[in-house]
Amino acid sequence: MDILDKVTQAEYKYGFVSDIESDAAPMGLSEDIVRFISAKKNEPEFMLEYRLKAYNHWLTMEVPKWQNVNFPDIDYQKIIYYSAPKPKKVLNSLDEVDPELRATFEKLGISLDEQKRLSNVAVDAVLDSVSVATTFRSKLAELGIIFCSFSEAVKDHPDLVKKYLGTVVPYTDNFFAALNAAVFSDGSFCYIPQGVRCPMELSTYFRINAANTGQFERTLLIAEAGSYVSYLEGCTAPVRDENQLHAAVVELIAMDRAHIKYSTVQNWYPGDKNGKGGIYNFVTKRGLCAGVESKISWTQVETGSAITWKYPGCILKGDGSIGEFYSVALTNNCQQADTGTKMIHIGKNTKSTIISKGISAGRSNNSYRGLVKINKNAHNARNFSQCDSLLMGDQCGANTFPYLEVDNSTATVEHEATTSKIGEDQIFYCNQRGISTEDAIGLIVNGYCKEVFNQLPMEFAVEAQKLLAVSLEGSVG
Amino acid sequence: MLSIKNLRVSIEDKEILKGIELNIKAGEVHAIMGPNGSGKSTLASVLAGREEYTITSGEVDFDGINLLDLAPEERAREGLFLAFQYPVEIPGVSGATFLKTAVNEVRKHKGLEPLDAMEFLNVMKEKMQLVEIDKSLISRPVNEGFSGGEKKRNEIFQMAMLEPKLAILDETDSGLDIDALKIVANGVNKLKSKDNAVIVITHYQRLLDFIVPDYIHVLYNGRIVKSGTRELALELEEKGYDWIKAENKEVPAV
Ligand SMILES: Nc1ncnc2c1ncn2[C@@H]1O[C@H](COP(=O)(O)OP(=O)(O)O)[C@@H](O)[C@H]1O
Repeated sequence: MDILDKVTQAEYKYGFVSDIESDAAPMGLSEDIVRFISAKKNEPEFMLEYRLKAYNHWLTMEVPKWQNVNFPDIDYQKIIYYSAPKPKKVLNSLDEVDPELRATFEKLGISLDEQKRLSNVAVDAVLDSVSVATTFRSKLAELGIIFCSFSEAVKDHPDLVKKYLGTVVPYTDNFFAALNAAVFSDGSFCYIPQGVRCPMELSTYFRINAANTGQFERTLLIAEAGSYVSYLEGCTAPVRDENQLHAAVVELIAMDRAHIKYSTVQNWYPGDKNGKGGIYNFVTKRGLCAGVESKISWTQVETGSAITWKYPGCILKGDGSIGEFYSVALTNNCQQADTGTKMIHIGKNTKSTIISKGISAGRSNNSYRGLVKINKNAHNARNFSQCDSLLMGDQCGANTFPYLEVDNSTATVEHEATTSKIGEDQIFYCNQRGISTEDAIGLIVNGYCKEVFNQLPMEFAVEAQKLLAVSLEGSVG
Repeated sequence: MLSIKNLRVSIEDKEILKGIELNIKAGEVHAIMGPNGSGKSTLASVLAGREEYTITSGEVDFDGINLLDLAPEERAREGLFLAFQYPVEIPGVSGATFLKTAVNEVRKHKGLEPLDAMEFLNVMKEKMQLVEIDKSLISRPVNEGFSGGEKKRNEIFQMAMLEPKLAILDETDSGLDIDALKIVANGVNKLKSKDNAVIVITHYQRLLDFIVPDYIHVLYNGRIVKSGTRELALELEEKGYDWIKAENKEVPAV
């Protein structure tokens, strides 16, 4: 037997649950690893139980194969499921940052302070985002809003976590949701009390400990009756990450007349031009409109990752509840995206809107996959879907897979789909007015995405526009 | 301002322009007429820099610059404007956004500061009045769902905003009723000055009742076969293009 195998197996035999001092779990996944993670995080018993149930269920599941993407099988025993947040190397000045990354920062118009924060350059205490975050937090606390890391929530608000964890995305939901439930390292928790209108956009950026949430992130957001919150996930700056597999879970719960607006900009490393490297982003996001006339709006701008597999959906349980999905998914080079939404109508007079804008360039492949399901008792449910694809060049692909299940004859369902190409004529028209080809493409693409960008908070929308331009750079010769 | 010498252009091995000669001075209005398929639009496209054409010989001097060396956007920034025969729709991009980008590109090229939102709005208001265009058209996405007449009017509005040295109007009259035609012509006339020049490309002489040209050229089979003053247009109106065709039977190559 190979000496290396011997050593690793020996280690395994002894177990490491007792070895709580170690910084990282050994490679691979087992019941012991799950216990190790829970112990490391000092979790209460209910969390460990939850994780173990999820793990045991995961063992019975298989990797889904139905998506329209290709990737080599992932060896789940070759992943390290827990490692203590490693302090990133602190740089002395921005001069030490990778010039290519800096150039992208510049193009996105990211401020110097923000550039420093993102690339871990030491900053003055005054400018440190943590102090900004602290001020924000105390302001939120006055209103009774809880906004903290998932680990903190487990410690400080175990009742809330216990009550809602896994109620929207149960670990039985799918392979990656089960995996996440077993091993998730951290994430965000947010609770908006009854009748409170959250006065600012909640952004993970302002959450302490936002860094190092790792590859299995978990978000739980609860909006009590009559409350409102707008939540921003991600940032437009390019995120380089060593972890190839990301399997996050996001659960949203809206009570009577509550409104949750959840916006994402995802710009993870897509791999190089030839498709080497890059992140696999397999996310389960779902919102439950539990109360009457509640509303959940998903808005996403996806430009990163080598493979994206993501279907933010809404369960419209409360009568008169509303689900919305606005999405821009851009793929370039060798990226693959299979994304869309699920709208499950259960309550009466429920309404859903789906606006999906796919943009494919290079040799990429972009699929929309959406399910609209109208249950038996969902009288007068209404859905409108519009799925547009924009192709740049002739080596890319776009597909639309709309699924429709209607079990109530009073439902109104409308679906529109278009596929278009950025025309030479449009570009020439812009050129003739003095606009360069690159700017012309930016204009045309932004025009195409307008309905989605309009849903984003103003600042985010401006950043998203720039991001699209950067992501498409050089895609038209 | 513009001097074209022996311009020969082909597409897919078919020669379309067979040695064009044309000189235009500042302050002049030239009309180019001719039967369908004679190469009028090709000439406009080549001057604007459309790529699918192959220029096999010739020179084009635009105020001391070799025009053919420049990319289309550089020609535009130097002050060449083409009012398209079929203006293109750009969904989701408002006319104002589009024009602000364009105007500021041209200003940058001239070494001027970009206009801020307020300044831009004021310029727009002024030019909107000048060419009698409704505000609602400008706030809508560029050309999307515009009627034929609205598209043409919008082209003239863009011209007013960009203040080109040389404007080429490619069949701007086609598809316009008489009232729309008058409005468009009126706009062009108001924009005329001693420092700029206009090339009006048209099949019919109707437009020339309203935009009065200093010179008229007849393009036939890739060549300018006749040049003259306004009377030539009237003669064409009366006799049609047949006599031109008869006079210029294809001469077998020597
Ligand atoms: N893209 C093209 N491909 C092939 N032939 C073309 C193309 N554009 C123009 N032509 C040909 O060139 C000739 C001149 O066309 P055009 O310039 O449109 O004439 P006009 O504007 O005078 O009607 C016509 O015979 C037309 O068929």
